[in-house]
Amino acid sequence: MKTPIYFDNHATTPVDPRVVEAMMPFFVEKFGNAASRNHSFGWEAEKAVDDARKKIADLIGATSKEIIFTSGATESDNLAIKGVAEMYAEKGNHIITVATEHKAVLDTCKKLEKHGYRVSYLPVKGDGLVDLDMLRDAITDKTVLITLMYANNEIGVIQPIREIGKIAHEKGVLFHTDGVQAVGKIPVNVIQDNIDLMSMSAHKIYGPKGVGALYVRRKNPRVQITAQMDGGGHERGMRSGTLNVTGIVGMGEACAICHREMPEESKRLQHLRDKLRDKFLSELDEVYVNGSQEHRLPHNLNISFAYVEGESLLMGINDVAVSSGSACTSATLEPSYVLKALGVGDDLAHTSIRFGLGRFNTEEEVDYVAGRVTEVVRRLRDLSPLYEMAKEGVDLSKVHWAAE
Amino acid sequence: MAYSNKVLDHYNHPRNVGSMDKNDPNVGTGMVGAPECGDVMKLQLKVNPSTGVIEDAKFKTFGCGSAIASSSLATEWVRGKTVDEALAIKNTDIVNELSLPPVKIHCSVLAEDAIKAAVADYKRKHETGEGFEKAAS
Repeated sequence: MKTPIYFDNHATTPVDPRVVEAMMPFFVEKFGNAASRNHSFGWEAEKAVDDARKKIADLIGATSKEIIFTSGATESDNLAIKGVAEMYAEKGNHIITVATEHKAVLDTCKKLEKHGYRVSYLPVKGDGLVDLDMLRDAITDKTVLITLMYANNEIGVIQPIREIGKIAHEKGVLFHTDGVQAVGKIPVNVIQDNIDLMSMSAHKIYGPKGVGALYVRRKNPRVQITAQMDGGGHERGMRSGTLNVTGIVGMGEACAICHREMPEESKRLQHLRDKLRDKFLSELDEVYVNGSQEHRLPHNLNISFAYVEGESLLMGINDVAVSSGSACTSATLEPSYVLKALGVGDDLAHTSIRFGLGRFNTEEEVDYVAGRVTEVVRRLRDLSPLYEMAKEGVDLSKVHWAAE
Repeated sequence: MAYSNKVLDHYNHPRNVGSMDKNDPNVGTGMVGAPECGDVMKLQLKVNPSTGVIEDAKFKTFGCGSAIASSSLATEWVRGKTVDEALAIKNTDIVNELSLPPVKIHCSVLAEDAIKAAVADYKRKHETGEGFEKAAS
């Protein structure tokens, strides 16, 4: 077993060697521009892009013409939300989203608010899921778009996408979902799930960074978006810019592998995730899983180790790469807004750790990490005045803290 | 973020971890910070009432590595000092000793506050009875 161990697969994933192999010829030998229409270099590149497009479409139940390549999911989110808002501005100016979305969605919505759009940020329930009645009630005759993520990047909870899409379509509203954490990991089908637009990223599914895609539905309804990047009119006018052929080939191969191996891989990762969780729950007191355990990605575990601050725990397990919802680990010095939206108190948010398992993790690594974390949590609790007080029976919520 | 070697040393080998009887009249207890803020420090000083010298110090800290290191260092520094000398310890001394980056300065401020709070608690205990200033003079 090699250290450091990588358990942060929600942030990014290593590129699968099979993907690298597929990409290799497109750096030097097959370097053509897919938009070059009059020589074999261009044709070769165009064919590679078409093949990749097909593989991506197949993974999500779409058709090739519905896949628009971008630089990644942040761009896809921007293009979908701003593109719909601009295209359908005459129909209405209202967008619905939820508080636990990725910043690429939230900040895009905030930008639109500055330009006169109205955005409803729905709260989520304690398990992280959206309340469908509340969603239905939020729709007005001015609503043009619901943008709601498929699966959350911190807590891994899977939203009731099919029902959300159904509600949107009943009300004649378009439905965009950020599918970054779900696509390639769990079955996603844009037709069955009633999705009109979906953002995807290659580097979360063992493909390269810097390439992503946006699914844009062509039938029932035919979705139109206003381009946010002007230029040569690539991607049927929706996204100008020379295609990243090498990256696109990699994304296509990554999708094909996910498509083939998903049933087996998700079962294996769920087993490992459950083993990790059960080890913590049996060895330690006062640990809390954040978010729904039932509607959850198979490879995600987000857990709070009460009375142990997250950054100090990360410091103790410095040969394991995970992330924390603690303020000390964030650029803003605020604890995770996702956990806050679930109603998790700041005190527990500071003690949360996200484990994201992936294709290349082994059972041996899970056993090692479980042991290391347990040992460090125990050590830090011996150091924690809060744990000592809790054990003495002090109700910490009733203590008057000097800093308040 | 990269931690300085001194922070790592205190984190891996914290000095003077533990608790003393907070009802002991010669023990001053300072508890600062809040769980919601991600930092709580408990610092305890045991003072010799006839000399005013801090003979023992213990801490427990909930917080990041820099917070743990700041309070661990504080217990080392206050030992052997009089309570008034201990009050002269400044957070900037801790910042310099541990090479804390700007984002971690609040950890050192908290450690300074913990010393002050512990001394205040000790002095409060002695206001009613025989104050140590009197006893020391």
